[in-house]
Order: sequence, then C-alpha cells, then structure tokens
Amino acid sequence: MKTFNALISANNISVIKNQKSILRDIDIEINKNDFITIIGPNGAGKSMLLKCLMGFYKPDKGDIRKKKNLKIGYMAQNINIKNNMPINVQRFVTVHKKFDEYSLKKVILETQIDKIINKQMSVLSGGEMQRVLLARSLLNNPDLLILDEPAQNLDISGQINFYKLLQSIYKKRNLSILMVSHDLHLVMVSTKKVLCLYNHICCSGEPHQIAKDPEFISMFGKDMANMMSVYQHSHNHNHDHDHDKDFIIGEKNI
Amino acid sequence: MERKIFDPFIIRGLLAGIAVALVAGIVGCFVVWRRMSYFGDSLAHASLLGVALGILIGIGANAGIVFTSLLFGFLLLWLQQSKDLPTDTLLGVLSHFALSISIIIISLNKIKIDLHSFLFGDILTVTSNDLWWMYLGGIIVLILILFNWSSLILVTIDEDLAKAEGINPLFVNLLLTTILTIVVAISVKIIGILLITSMLIIPAATSRRLVSSPESMAFVATLFGLLSVFLGIFLSVEIDTPSGPTIVVVSSFLFLLTTFLSIFVVKK
Repeated sequence: MKTFNALISANNISVIKNQKSILRDIDIEINKNDFITIIGPNGAGKSMLLKCLMGFYKPDKGDIRKKKNLKIGYMAQNINIKNNMPINVQRFVTVHKKFDEYSLKKVILETQIDKIINKQMSVLSGGEMQRVLLARSLLNNPDLLILDEPAQNLDISGQINFYKLLQSIYKKRNLSILMVSHDLHLVMVSTKKVLCLYNHICCSGEPHQIAKDPEFISMFGKDMANMMSVYQHSHNHNHDHDHDKDFIIGEKNI
Repeated sequence: MERKIFDPFIIRGLLAGIAVALVAGIVGCFVVWRRMSYFGDSLAHASLLGVALGILIGIGANAGIVFTSLLFGFLLLWLQQSKDLPTDTLLGVLSHFALSISIIIISLNKIKIDLHSFLFGDILTVTSNDLWWMYLGGIIVLILILFNWSSLILVTIDEDLAKAEGINPLFVNLLLTTILTIVVAISVKIIGILLITSMLIIPAATSRRLVSSPESMAFVATLFGLLSVFLGIFLSVEIDTPSGPTIVVVSSFLFLLTTFLSIFVVKK
C-alpha cells in the first residue's frame, strides 16, 4: 500500500437522507497547498460534503482518512450575533480556543482587524465580520482552511477584497484551502482546482479546462462558461478567448 | 405587628435572597442573550405542578419542583426539535396546561398550601432546611456554569459555529435547561412562581447598557440582583408586602434609572 500523503482523502462516500441521495460515490483528495473550489447548484450537497470531511457527519458509505494531527480551520458562512450580548472582536476571536499571543498577533495583522479589535461584534460591517470570522478560523494555525460560501453576504467590492485577502493568506501561510463558493469568476485566479458537484462529482479540473467541459456548460449555461474563460484570460493571458465582446463585459464586471 | 431587622425570619429571608441573586444574575444573562424569557416563564409555571405533585406524593415541594420542571424542560427541548410549530406556541400550550392542571390537583385533593405565597413569594416560609437546599443548588449551578463557560458562550453566539468546533449544542441546551430548573426551584419561595423570570431578566437587562463583555454583564447583573434583593426584602418587611413583587418593583426602578441615565447622561 502506498504511503498516505494527503491531508484528507474521501473514498467513495455516499450520504442518503430521507431516501434521497445527497452525495453519491464521491472521491476527493486534498493535498498540501491545494486550493480547491467546490461549485454546484443549491441542494447539491456541498455543505454536506464539507461536514463529512470535517467529521461532523458520518457518511452512510465509504471512508474518510485524515492525516494524523491535521489541524482544520473552519470559517462559518455568517453568524448572526445579537446586540443583546456584549462581546468585542478580540474576545470573539479567542473564545473557546487554545492559542498563544504570537499566533493571535499574527492573525490580527494578517486579517487586518487590528483597528476593529476592541469594537463590539454587533456593530461590525459585513466585510469586517467576514475578516473576523476568518481570523478566528486561522487562530490555531490550521493546515487546511475550510470555507463555506465566505463572501455570500458581501457586495461586489467586498467580495473582491475578501478573495484578495484570502489569496494573500494562502500564499503566505502555505496552507491548503477547500472552499464552497458561487463567486467563481472572482476566485478563478487563486483556485487551482474546481470541483463541480451535483450530488455526484460532475466534473473537476483546472478552471480553464472545466469551463469547456460539456457537463459544466449544461449545468451553468454557456454564459457562465464564457465568463469564466474570459476571467481566466484577463488574468493569465491564455489566449483562448473567442471574441472581444466577452472580454469587455469581463473587464466591466471587475 | 412590628418585625425587627434581626428577626431570625428576616435573616433567613435575606440569606435566601442572596442565594437567589447570586445565581439569577448569571443565569439571567443567558436568558436575555438567548431570548429564553418565555421558556423560563413556562418552566416556572410548571413548577407549581411540581409543588402540587410533590405534596400529594409526599416527597415535598422542593423535590417535586426539581423533578417536574426537569421533565417539563426536557419535554420542551424534545418538542422544539420538530419544526412544525413555533417554540412560543408550544411553550404557551404547555405552561398554561401545567398551571391549570396544578390548580385542579390542588383543589381536588384539598391540599393545604398557601397558593398566594407560592405565586408571589413569602420570606416567612423559608426554613433553615430550605436554606441548605438553596445553597447546595446554587453551588451546583455556579459550578456547572463555570466549567462550561466558554462552550455556553460560543453556543449562545452561534450554534453552527460551536458545532463546527466540536461542541454538541444539544448537550449545552440540556445543561442550560437543567440549570434553569434548579434556579426556578431556588427562587420559588422568595420570588414566587409568577415573578421568577423577572428576577432573571431585569438585573441582566439593567447591566446590559453598562458593560462591554459577557463576564462583566454577568457580574454587574449579580450586583443589581443583590441590591434589589436587599432593598426589596427590607421594604417588604417595613411596609408588610409580599417579598416577590417588592423585589421586582425595586429591580425595575433600578432598570429605569440606569436606562434614563445611560440615555440622558452618557449621550451628552
């Protein structure tokens, strides 16, 4: 048997709930320094796959192997902190966590929350809240960061800033990222591998390959596929775009 | 009848009041944060059923309250798992059922209890035996809270986040229900079944505007609770009124006072 090098690998996992197949024969392997983005329509089982990988849900079939002492950081989609509890950012980031002062300082600077560290959680803006949640997930220096639609509640410039920040953290920390995101056009540059999920894995591969995959096009339509190749183009200059009109639309959207 | 401040009745009443204030401040914060005031109210109503059954079976009111309220609390948690009906509807059905059935049991069996003192509290009913139970219960509550503090806080902030970090929210909810049950049992004699929730939420609400962390809110709420209990019991002795309503009126005045102060003074 070959040695186990992956951080997490799931072999053939299936989840059935209320006689409905949520996940079907999923194989996924996350290695060091991977940046994997999972896309797929609502109800495709994306969050369930994350739950299985993190070990909160035991799949009905298949097995999941984890590297020993693997540290996972999980960034929640959004939390709804109520004004009736007084708690500031620093306390929230550290509550129920084991950490040392150095890691805390590092995380605060990385996620640029130093100016808001004493603010109450209830007054944060959407973008600030996402940075605080990211900081919390990074505090124990994870090998793997798992994010579930991290920028869902942000406006477009907020999304761009957030993904820029994520990209810089990915580069600096040399960690692996597994993310569910619909903002494919924005994460295209950073993502190394896209996994297209609809209860089973429809297709997977590098972003520019996947945009040409017939299964991808049938699921997301031609426009999305075109848009993706355009973004890919505008950042990486892989001269494979078909006409200039798309290119202009692409630039506008940035 | 003239009563002295150092009358053993009053001393026992004060000691009981201190026990109530020490737990009610902290537990009350969770009731405010998690919007559980109606839950607390229902639990308190169910405790009258505990009083009736406890006396009927012969295990005493205190044990009756703890058993019935625990059963009631777990029943509520279980019902909440099904999402067909909103929680407040379920609570409304159950709490009024419990209140009504206990009045029927009391009148059918001609149980001789002073209903008035159970509903509104009476410091004269506190025996030294009660005091031992109250302080034992209070210590259990404080230990349970202290050892689970950060889990309780995280689950209160966000259940999914807590789940992702390995905390079982159901366990924490069971824990909190158990804690609330003990607090209800402790408070019945002094505050009365109908007013227990206010002893939980008013001190917590009073401290909310003055603090910036969960711990300081719990601490300041406890101080306000103690102050209300002291002033309330002295007043109730002085003007011969039921202890529960007097304590609640005092703590409500403190609430209004800090609210006005924080609006008109701090804003300037």
